[in-house]
Amino acid sequence: MAHSGPMTDWRKAKLPVIAFLAPATIIYTVFMIYPLLDSIRLSFYATPSGGEAAFVGLDNYRTILADPDWSETFWNSFWNNMKFFAVHMLIQNPIGIALAGILSLPRLRFRNTYRTMMIMPTMLSVVIVGFIWQLILSPVWGVGADLLDIIGLKSLFGPWLGKEGSALITLSFISVWQWVGIPLMLIYAALLAIPDDLVDAAIVDGASHFEVFLHIKLPLVLPTVAMVSILTFVGNFNAFDLIYAVKGALAGPNFSTDIMGTLFYRTFFGYQLQLGNPHLGATVASLMFLIILAGVLFYLFAIQRRLARYQL
Amino acid sequence: MSNKVLAKGLAGALAASVALVPMMASAGDLVIESWRNDDIDIWNEKIIPAFNEVHPDINVSFKPTPPTEYNASVNAKLAGGTAGDLITCRPFDASLELYKQGNLAALDDLNGMDNFSDVAKSAWQTDDGSATFCLPMASVIHGFIYNKEAFEEVGIEIPKTSEDFYAALDKIKEDGNYIPMAMGTADQWEAATMGFQNIGPNHWDGEAGRKALIDGSAKFTDAPYIDTFKELATWANYLPDGFEAISYPDAQNLFSLGRAAVYPAGSWDISLFNNQADFEFGAFPPPAPAGAKTCYISDHTDIALGLNAKSKNAVEAKVFLEWMTGSEFATLYSNALPGFFSLSKHTVEVTDPVAGEFVSWRQDCESTIRNSYQILSRGTPNLENDLWNLSAQTINGTLTPEEAAKEAEAGLAKWYAPHQ
Repeated sequence: MAHSGPMTDWRKAKLPVIAFLAPATIIYTVFMIYPLLDSIRLSFYATPSGGEAAFVGLDNYRTILADPDWSETFWNSFWNNMKFFAVHMLIQNPIGIALAGILSLPRLRFRNTYRTMMIMPTMLSVVIVGFIWQLILSPVWGVGADLLDIIGLKSLFGPWLGKEGSALITLSFISVWQWVGIPLMLIYAALLAIPDDLVDAAIVDGASHFEVFLHIKLPLVLPTVAMVSILTFVGNFNAFDLIYAVKGALAGPNFSTDIMGTLFYRTFFGYQLQLGNPHLGATVASLMFLIILAGVLFYLFAIQRRLARYQL
Repeated sequence: MSNKVLAKGLAGALAASVALVPMMASAGDLVIESWRNDDIDIWNEKIIPAFNEVHPDINVSFKPTPPTEYNASVNAKLAGGTAGDLITCRPFDASLELYKQGNLAALDDLNGMDNFSDVAKSAWQTDDGSATFCLPMASVIHGFIYNKEAFEEVGIEIPKTSEDFYAALDKIKEDGNYIPMAMGTADQWEAATMGFQNIGPNHWDGEAGRKALIDGSAKFTDAPYIDTFKELATWANYLPDGFEAISYPDAQNLFSLGRAAVYPAGSWDISLFNNQADFEFGAFPPPAPAGAKTCYISDHTDIALGLNAKSKNAVEAKVFLEWMTGSEFATLYSNALPGFFSLSKHTVEVTDPVAGEFVSWRQDCESTIRNSYQILSRGTPNLENDLWNLSAQTINGTLTPEEAAKEAEAGLAKWYAPHQ
């Protein structure tokens, strides 16, 4: 209160501040916060057949988490989602980092060509990606078997998308193929921001390119890697489209590719003879939200605060 | 967060895309909602012009949505008051629920309703039969379509009994030039619809077995159902390599390219094969075991048309519905869409030879409908979805027939009192 000067400045600045914040706040409130809250509200209600919606408290959550039918489906989709996420974390992000490291090497030829090619799948529609890979892997028309034949490994080919044991992993790889361009781009951009002096100094000291990457570049881009990880987490737990495009909402065989997005769709909108239940659907959606929230909070408090940042 | 966005976004996109439709139509223009997007040309070029010859003052437009999105979209449109005047009805509970919510009007006062048998109407009536809320349009029949050239080449006849049938498939397999049977389990529904519901009625004696399941006197763990799953499990020997990843269009293409000898079919496949296959093909009903007195076919009530209770053009819509009860529409529809068979009592001359073959089985065999459709798919877990999963797993070999039967029964026992 003693600082009267800044207070006056703030009063003067008030109108422009409000004016600049307003569009984002309004759009965010109308299209994100309100639907989010309303869908949580929806999850506390139930509509008996032909009746009016009535408040039922946490009953829907009890159904999803305690009723053996629902909880089995729910946890199955949760663990499938964890596997889906694990493949992205263990395959997509390391490949993204490695490719970014290679792309940022000095004197690399055709750099822009490589970069364009690697980002290309990201720009394709998921429906097209799903369709292309279904064709490639098709046991009837696919080139997959022929390609393996060339290197003498045809015996390894199988109907991967149709087997309970391999369908989810195959779909995860397809998703990795499509999205690897995103970590690549983000990390590549962070690598470019590292001043050349640091790299040059290390090379003068006798470090190889690999050592430079491991000891100098990687620690400097770790904050970006952490951000990519949390984006991967949120993206994977919201995933739906690829599974729906390739396996439909019943996510077969035997729900082995069912993730929370497809479970939500099936519950909310219904499927074939199963009628949709917006209240249980909203409950699944709210649980997804809580899981994602828990993951993001863990990241914020346990990881982000411990990351060392360097002023370059 | 974007899960909410997904929900709201989908609902919003649906609302936005459909809000335009009724606005474009002026009063007196009828809009038909349908999932039959394949049929848009037939409606626009044949059915609607034929109607306009009699009633030139009523404009009708046919506005289909893709089949997988239809239920969600039409429910959203009805709830939002933006749905068309005439609503294409799925059989049984999906439409019954719409009627109970007051979205569909009762149609018992249509004069032409008498042109339909009770079985035809049963799919669109309240459980006690007191009100009929959709006008039955067509049924689809299951059976097997076969490649005539392949049968000649291998030297086999149309199988009369199920023993003949599997002997024939063995022979085709031995011959090696053709895939014995074109089907996959990737989409799951073919295994249940073209598999389980196709060959099943011969095991559970058609309507008798279906009704016994509903009143609880028969269970999925009974011999007829286990036998059906057992027969289904043997199909794995005759399907193409990697059938676990073969989808419905893959199977259709395998057959229409002449690479397979037999195709477990729904009669709706006929028009596609008419367009794409350059060989002669025929059809035979699901063969019953030797010594069986009666044969049973799945003659499934599939499609009907209802009146939006909030339609502003109810008078014109009723004129259209009344016209649909006549023999002109029955003939037009059955012939424009070979494989969809009018449910009316009018005698209809079916000109397509294969479609004619399908419909001729009604004379020799008893008709029934798919056993999961009436009442039994009302609860959670949903029986129809269960059967998709269980039939696909039985063929894949990840469940034994006994396990599959046990799971189907357990699912039903969870919520359906007669099975508890």
